[in-house]
Amino acid sequence: MNKISILSRSGLVALGALAMSPAHAAWTLNMNEGVTDLTSKVFGLHMLIFWICVVIGIGVFGVMLYSVIVHRKSRGFEASHFHESTVVEIAWTVVPFIILIAVAIPAAGTLLQIEDSSNPDMTIRVTGHQWLWEYDYVDANVHFFSRLDRDSDNARRLNSGIDPNTVDNYLRNVDNPMVVPVDTKVRLLLTASDVIHSWWVPELGGKKDAIPGYINDMWFQANKPGVYRGQCAELCGRGHAFMPIVVKVVSQSDYDAWVREQGGNPNSDSELATGQPSTNEANAQAQTSADESATAGNATEARTEDGSTNDPQAAEESIVGTGESDNEGADDAEAREAEASDDRGSPKVPDPDQEDQSSASDSEQQDGSAAAGDEMSRDALMSQGKEVYGNLCAACHQPDGSGMPAAGFPAMKGSAVATGDVGKHISQILNGKGAMPPYKGTLDDKQIAAVVTYERNAFGNDTGDVVQPSQVAAQR
Amino acid sequence: MSTVNPTDTHHDHHDHHHGPVTLADGVWPWMKRWIGTTNHKDLGTLYLIFSFTMLFIGGLMSLVIRAELFAPGIQFVDPGFYNEMITLHALVMIFGGVMPAFVGLANWMVPMMIGCSDLALPRVNNWGFWILPFAFTMLLGTLFVSGGAPASGWTMYPPLVMQTGNALPLMVFAIHLAGISSITGAINIVVTILNMRAPDMPLLKMPLFVWTWLITAYLLIAVMPVLAGAVTMILTDHFFGTTFFDAAGGGDPVLFQHIFWFFGHPEVYIMILPAFGIVSTIIPAFARKPLFGHDSMVYAVASIAFLSFIVWAHHMFTVGMPVSAELFFMFATMLIAVPTGVKVFNWVATMWRGSMTFETPMLFALGFVVLFTIGGFSGLMLALTPVDFQYHDSYFVVAHFHYVLVPGAIFSIIAAIYYWIPKWTGVMYNERLGQFHFWWSAIWINVLFFPQHFLGLAGMPRRIPDYAVQFTDFNMISSLGALLFFLGQFVFIYNMIMCMRGAGKKATGRVWEGARGLEWTVASPAPYHTFEQPPKIDPRELA
Repeated sequence: MNKISILSRSGLVALGALAMSPAHAAWTLNMNEGVTDLTSKVFGLHMLIFWICVVIGIGVFGVMLYSVIVHRKSRGFEASHFHESTVVEIAWTVVPFIILIAVAIPAAGTLLQIEDSSNPDMTIRVTGHQWLWEYDYVDANVHFFSRLDRDSDNARRLNSGIDPNTVDNYLRNVDNPMVVPVDTKVRLLLTASDVIHSWWVPELGGKKDAIPGYINDMWFQANKPGVYRGQCAELCGRGHAFMPIVVKVVSQSDYDAWVREQGGNPNSDSELATGQPSTNEANAQAQTSADESATAGNATEARTEDGSTNDPQAAEESIVGTGESDNEGADDAEAREAEASDDRGSPKVPDPDQEDQSSASDSEQQDGSAAAGDEMSRDALMSQGKEVYGNLCAACHQPDGSGMPAAGFPAMKGSAVATGDVGKHISQILNGKGAMPPYKGTLDDKQIAAVVTYERNAFGNDTGDVVQPSQVAAQR
Repeated sequence: MSTVNPTDTHHDHHDHHHGPVTLADGVWPWMKRWIGTTNHKDLGTLYLIFSFTMLFIGGLMSLVIRAELFAPGIQFVDPGFYNEMITLHALVMIFGGVMPAFVGLANWMVPMMIGCSDLALPRVNNWGFWILPFAFTMLLGTLFVSGGAPASGWTMYPPLVMQTGNALPLMVFAIHLAGISSITGAINIVVTILNMRAPDMPLLKMPLFVWTWLITAYLLIAVMPVLAGAVTMILTDHFFGTTFFDAAGGGDPVLFQHIFWFFGHPEVYIMILPAFGIVSTIIPAFARKPLFGHDSMVYAVASIAFLSFIVWAHHMFTVGMPVSAELFFMFATMLIAVPTGVKVFNWVATMWRGSMTFETPMLFALGFVVLFTIGGFSGLMLALTPVDFQYHDSYFVVAHFHYVLVPGAIFSIIAAIYYWIPKWTGVMYNERLGQFHFWWSAIWINVLFFPQHFLGLAGMPRRIPDYAVQFTDFNMISSLGALLFFLGQFVFIYNMIMCMRGAGKKATGRVWEGARGLEWTVASPAPYHTFEQPPKIDPRELA
């Protein structure tokens, strides 16, 4: 409908989008062709069935329109009285059937290819949580969480006062993107810890549900380095709109470097990862594809855009934020300061000591270097607890601890859990309750100790309790 | 009807007015009449009033949704409340709006179209209706309970649905009640059609609206208990320690989806087959030409009904089924295009070389044919499993099912009301307002839903209160369309209220020049009791 004018307008808007400063995708009318062989095939099928529908539509609506214009009483047209014709009826039963078979055959072929996840070059275990993603590179020994980036998170709050148009890739940006090498068959094993989620990056292929108790698999092999964005596609509760997916496709050598930065081992090649016994051949294969992509080159651009990566420990910490203390965006200056000190722009160093230094320089950073089990000061617990609370708990229990009783999220202020037995409090955070997810997988002992301490002393709870990581460890 | 004892009020009004109690007889007798009525026409009216009340409430919820989606960022409602809105919007529209509207039309028209005096089980009919206000009071009441209304989407997938607060049992019981109401209504219609047709009306000479409702009623009887079972299992999982759908206890969350969609797909046809019947009734009337291929229409509806039982998993292609199952459900789903195509072709062939006029019912029927077909096209696209992996749970799906439900099912309901209200009230509706209502609705419904195809293809998932900024433009257009479409419906309500109050041109018994069928052989307004003696049927009135 009015395709041409819409198309030309879309061109103008695309030009306009280029001129705007904050990065975000331009609006489009059609499906994205994607960057894998299979997304192109799917796109081809989409266009095939689309044009078949258009042609049939023009035929049917054309006849209808002609009839409406010509066969009307106001023109004195006398009605005929025919009301059946076996030949015609058989024809318009059989012809559509043949058309359908013609579409079904290529569709079935493509489906078989999509579902063939055998012989992957690498495997990533993806776990959906309310409301973040966890990535576990089973062969490279890299593990981290990926969560909505802080700018979007601040802007998305009710009455945040921040215009989403000023936020880079609003709701489509994460703190730690998934990084994969180009021209590599990447298999994802999908599951979930709480409710059903669905992993969807349109440019890499269709979606697949991440279901608790199930391990689903899907795969993609990107042909082009770049940053590809998507989000959770299955309603998973209050934060469903706020768990984006970002995949950076880089050259094999950049990928290897990234894995080393994460403290992983790029060359490990386990049976689990490739779905076949580890052999020299498989290693050789991986090596070849690495060489090929190295010559293809030009992936450095993708890497520099967001070169920040952390070792698994740091990644885990970053899901609970670094330096941010107030989610409501009420304190803009502080949020901006936190952004400035974000490790995003700082040079990346694999050395764990330096890593600790750089995070320690973050404003309001917790004593992040303290190993789990060490005694922590009340102040350190309170400041880290405030961050954890702001990032994970405030969404439901509200920044001021007032909760949302109408929506079933109890107040923290004066609550029986936060002012009663410490053990029960820790246990509820570890194991969850009702709508509250368990955090034993996502938070370490320090973080839980910190948030428990914070909840027991903030909001006027003033119990004076100080909970140490060792107490949490004992209850795990 | 000899098996039914006339009630006391029956005696009363027979003695006094030879008609039903009116408000002039006092408020309490008037209320008693409506509460206790077993008259199919009264109950049809009650069903329709209830249905339009629910469509209005569901429409308001959709405006909350569209307001929040007007611009990126969260402006009006909490994301949790947004999820409550999408859930209640669907439940209210499906179980409270569309289904009772079709039951109301069946109540009014099936006895009059097959020449019998009332439904076979009038008291069950009364009970079936009066369950509904309680069911939906309970469902809407969940907005005020601790934990808020259900927010898991109307599909109620576990484990998410287990996070519902106190609303969970209320939602389950509301669905049970709505299901009981549907099943009683369906049984009543089946029994009536099979046993109480006028002697000269063989099955294949029944009007298509009666045929489609007969098949719909069988679908209802077959699948509503399945839904009841599914939600009961959720209830026991939540309160009685079972683990049907809990993987941690050896259950299976995907099992729920299979059960739900085994109900859910036939449910889709429950909401569209009566619409086929309505359109197949209206187009011949205004084309002044018999329906093309009446019998093949019946066979097509029956095939669609059969196929509806073997395609359910196309709603869940992304859960990770074996590839053989995906192929089966893809092929079976594509097959539905064949009988559906036959129906559309038959409608066009009915129009071909007719002598058409374009009164409001005809306009809505033609709007139905075009826009439902667009919804059918996107349905065919969705059937292709590999492409569905991209479309699934995106706004493309939202556009698809709203095209078949709003300009599909709801346009057909509106067309039916315009078509039959002169028979019901004895006066013509205001044709100018009707024409305005059609063009206004037809324009804004497309402004509302067509851009959602683009949003889905561009990658916007459904059921999100906030979105990436590249989706802004089409969401703004869509929200604008929603508001204007909604406002236009008040023209319709005004028009209908004027008819109910008897204001307007007096209608003749035949009403429409080309109308055929037994209902047009009685006076307008139709007497409170029609066909107490089986009619002698003029063959020209038969399909």
